[in-house]
Amino acid sequence: MSDYVLTVENLRVELDPSGADIDDEVTLAIHQGEVLGLVGESASGKTTAATALLDHERRGARIGGGKVVIDGKNVLSLKPGELRHLRGGVISYVPQDPSMSLNPALRIRTQLMEILEAHGFGSSQRERQDRLREMMAEVLLPGDDRFLRRYPHQLSGGQQQRVALAMAFACRPALIVLDEPTTGLDVTTQAHVLETVRSLTSTYGVAALYVTHDLAVVANLADRIAVMYAGRLVEVGPRDALFEHACHPYTRKLLEAIPDLAGEHALRGIPGRAPVPGRRPRGCFFAARCDDAQPECLIEFPPYDGPGQDHRVRCWRWREVQARPMFADLPLRITAGPSCAAEGDAVVTVRDAKVYYGTKEVLHGVDTNVCPRRCIALVGESGSGKTTLARAIAGIHPGKIEGEILFRGKPLARDARARSKEHRQQLQYIFQSPYGSLNPRKTIGQILAVPLDTFFNLSRSEMDDRMVDALELVALDGTLLNKYPDQLSGGERQRVAIARALAAKPSVLICDEVTSSLDVSVQATIIELLAKLIEEVGVGMIFVTHHLPLVRSIAQEVAVMSEGRIVEKGLVDAVLDDPQADYTKRLLADTPTI
Amino acid sequence: MSATPQITQELIPSADELLPEPQAGGGRRRREWTDLLLGSWRFGRTKVGVIIVAAIVVLAIIGPWIAPHSPYVFVGPPYSAPSAHALLGTDYIGHDVLSRVLCGGRTVIGLSVVATALAMVLGVALGLIAGYSRPAVDDVIMRLLDVLLAFPSIVFVLLLVALLGHSLVLIVVAVAVTHAPRIARVARGATLEIVGRDFVHASEALGVPRRKILLGEILPNITSPLLVEFGLRLTYSIGLIAALSFLGFGLQPPSADWGLMIQENRVAIVVQPWAVAVPVILIALLTIGTNLATDGVSRALIGIDRDTGAK
Repeated sequence: MSDYVLTVENLRVELDPSGADIDDEVTLAIHQGEVLGLVGESASGKTTAATALLDHERRGARIGGGKVVIDGKNVLSLKPGELRHLRGGVISYVPQDPSMSLNPALRIRTQLMEILEAHGFGSSQRERQDRLREMMAEVLLPGDDRFLRRYPHQLSGGQQQRVALAMAFACRPALIVLDEPTTGLDVTTQAHVLETVRSLTSTYGVAALYVTHDLAVVANLADRIAVMYAGRLVEVGPRDALFEHACHPYTRKLLEAIPDLAGEHALRGIPGRAPVPGRRPRGCFFAARCDDAQPECLIEFPPYDGPGQDHRVRCWRWREVQARPMFADLPLRITAGPSCAAEGDAVVTVRDAKVYYGTKEVLHGVDTNVCPRRCIALVGESGSGKTTLARAIAGIHPGKIEGEILFRGKPLARDARARSKEHRQQLQYIFQSPYGSLNPRKTIGQILAVPLDTFFNLSRSEMDDRMVDALELVALDGTLLNKYPDQLSGGERQRVAIARALAAKPSVLICDEVTSSLDVSVQATIIELLAKLIEEVGVGMIFVTHHLPLVRSIAQEVAVMSEGRIVEKGLVDAVLDDPQADYTKRLLADTPTI
Repeated sequence: MSATPQITQELIPSADELLPEPQAGGGRRRREWTDLLLGSWRFGRTKVGVIIVAAIVVLAIIGPWIAPHSPYVFVGPPYSAPSAHALLGTDYIGHDVLSRVLCGGRTVIGLSVVATALAMVLGVALGLIAGYSRPAVDDVIMRLLDVLLAFPSIVFVLLLVALLGHSLVLIVVAVAVTHAPRIARVARGATLEIVGRDFVHASEALGVPRRKILLGEILPNITSPLLVEFGLRLTYSIGLIAALSFLGFGLQPPSADWGLMIQENRVAIVVQPWAVAVPVILIALLTIGTNLATDGVSRALIGIDRDTGAK
C-alpha cells in the first residue's frame, strides 16, 4: 500500500469529559493526486475527522485512538516539533471561511511569506519571493506588489479563498485538507475556486480530502466519495459507482434529497434526525430512519463490506439496496402549469419598484406578480437585490421605495406598521435562519400566540386549537407548545417559523432563503411542506433563493435577478431549459450538478 | 443582502451541540438567567460575596430586635471604652455603639436597594426606548443623558438636596437619577444588539405594537447584562448613600445610621475607635460583598457568551 499518501485506520475522536464518540472506526486511504470527497450533514463529525488528520483536537474533544499515517509516519504519535513541521509542510489545511482564517491585520505578502519562512522553503529570500509569485500565478491572482500589499479585507471572498489555497499549496504538500472551502461563496466564485483546486491537485499530484455537505460540489471534483453519518463512514466508493449504484440506504436518501438542475424527480427529505454522541444506539445508527431496517440492524453496527475492494459499505442489506434501481420509487416532479394569466389574478403586483438604502438606489425598477396557488422564485447571487425586493413587499425594508406595490389592486404602505391590519395579516414573511427568527426566551406557544393575538380576537381554548392546527399543518404536534426554540432541531424551528406565518391565515407567503441554513435532507422536507401548502392551503408564494436547482422543486415561475434588476422572467422550465439572458446562462453553467 | 448561505455555523458542530441535549418533553425549563446565577455560583468570589452580603443584611434586619439597648438611651458617659455593659463602648453622647450599629443598617441598605431599583426602571426604560427608536430620538435621549453624566454623582445629589431641602425620598430619587444614565447606556447597547435580530423584524412585520415588542421580545433577551448592572449600581448606591449620611444629608440625629455614626464620632476616633470603625467596616464589607457577587455573575455571563459564541 505504498502508493497511498494517507491511510487512516480506526480513527476515533471523542468528547473530552464524557468520552462519547464523535467519530469512530473511520478508515480510509487516499492515493497520490486523488481527490476524496468527505460528505456528511451538519454535526456528522466530518470536520472533526478531517482536522484530526492534522492531529488537531477541537476544544472539548480528544482523539481517542486509531492511526493516521502520512508519508509513512503516524501523525498521532509525533512530537510537537515534528508535528509543527508536518502541518503546513506535508499536510495543509484550507478552512471554511477565509475572512476568519486570514489575519486581518497583516498584509497578504506577510502572511504568505510567513508560511514559506516557517517551513524553511528555499535557501534565500530571493527564492521565496519567486515562489510567492509562482504561487499567486497558480491560484490565478496577480502577483504584483500592489496586490500583495493589500490587507485581506481589500479582497473579495473568492480572492481571499484563493489566497488561503495559495498558503495551503505553498510548500508543495503531499496532502491537503479542504474544509468546505466554497460554502458561503456565490456559485460563480465557487466555480472558480473549484477549478483552481482541480488544476492544482492534478498538476502537482497532491492528494486532497474535500470536506463538504454538498454532494453536487464533489460530484465534479472528487475521484472517490466517502459518506459520513453520525460519526461513521457508511459508504466509500468511486464517484460513479456511488452516484449510479449507491449501496447504502443513507447515500440513496441523500441523493434523493438533493435538488438537481435537471430536476426530473420530486425531492424527498429524510424524516428524523441523526443520533448525537452519547445517545447513539447499539445497532446501525441509521436504522431508525431507514426503510430497509430489519431486526438484525438494531443489534450490531454492520462491518465494512461491499461490492469491491474499492467500494466499501457498512450496511447489512447492501446487496438488496444495490440491486434496486436508483430513484425508482420517487415520483416525478409536477411540471409547471400555465403562467399566471392576467395581472388581474395577481394578489401582489409590483410595478416599476425602485428601492433605496439611504440615498443609494439598489433596485432599479422591478416588476413582478404573485398569484394564488402559484410560487414565483426570485433567484440571484448575493447583492442581486432579491431579499431587498422580498422585504420591500413584506414592509420591513427600512429605506425609501418608489413605484407601486399593490395588494389586490390597493397600494401597500412602505412600513408594515402603517399598513392596514388586513394587509399585515395577508402577507407573511418567513426568515432565512430559524435560529434568529424565533425569540429564544419565548416558548413555541408564546411565539405562535403573537399573530393570533394581533389579528384575531380569540378565547383561550380557540387560541390553543389554532396553535395546534398551525403546528399540524407543518407536521409538528402540540406537545411542542411548552418548549423553547433551542430544544428543537433546525428543521423543527423552521417549521415553527412557518407555522407562525400560517397562524395568521395569510394569502401570500414570502420565503426568504428559508432552507439555506438547513441540511439537504431537512431542506427537502421543508420544500415538500411548502409545496403542499401551496397546493392545499392555496397560498401564493415568493420563494427567494440563491440556489438555482431548488427552483424546479418548488416554483412554477422564476425571476432571475442581478444587480438590482430582473434580467429574465418566465416559467421555470422555459427559463432553465432555454435561458435567454447571458447572466442566467452563466449562472446555470456555474451551478454544480450531479 | 443576505444571499450567501449562512450554513457556516451549522456545519461545524460545536461541542455543546454534540453534547446530549436536554431531555425532550421536560415541560418548561429554567430560564437562562437562572442558569446564569447557578453558573456564577461556581466561582469562589460569588459565594464569598453572597455570604458577606447575606450576613450584613440579616444583621441589619434582625438587629433592632437583638440590640441590648435602645439606640436612643444614654447608657454611660460619652466615649467610654468597651465594657460588659456596652460591648463596643459608647458614642459621643453616651449611646450604646453596638445597639446603634445593629439598628443603623436598615436605612442605608433599604435606601440603596430602592434607589438602585428605581434607577434600573428609569435607565432600562430610557435605554430600551433609545435603542429602539429612530436615530434622531435616540440621539436626543442619549445626549440629554450625557448632560446628566457630566455631573459627578455626589455633586449632583448635593445640588438637588441643597435646592429642594433634604428628605429621604429626595435622596432616593437623586441617587436614582445619577445612576439612570449609566444604566441606560448599558441597556441601549444590549438593545441595539437585539433589535437587528429577525424575531424582532418578524414581530414588526406582524404589526405588534412597539410597547409589546420592547417588553415581550427585547427585554427578556437583555436581562443578563442588566443583572450585572444592577449589582454594580447597588455597590455604588451603598457608597453614595453612606457618604450622604456622613455629610449630614441623610437621616438626622438622633437617628441611628452607619454613615451618620461615622460623622458623629469621627472627632474622637483615637479615644473610642469602635464607634467609627465598626460602621466603616460594615459599609466596606457590604460594598465589597455586592461587588464580588456581581463580579461572579458577570464572569459567568462572559463564560456563557464564549461557549455559545457561535450562535
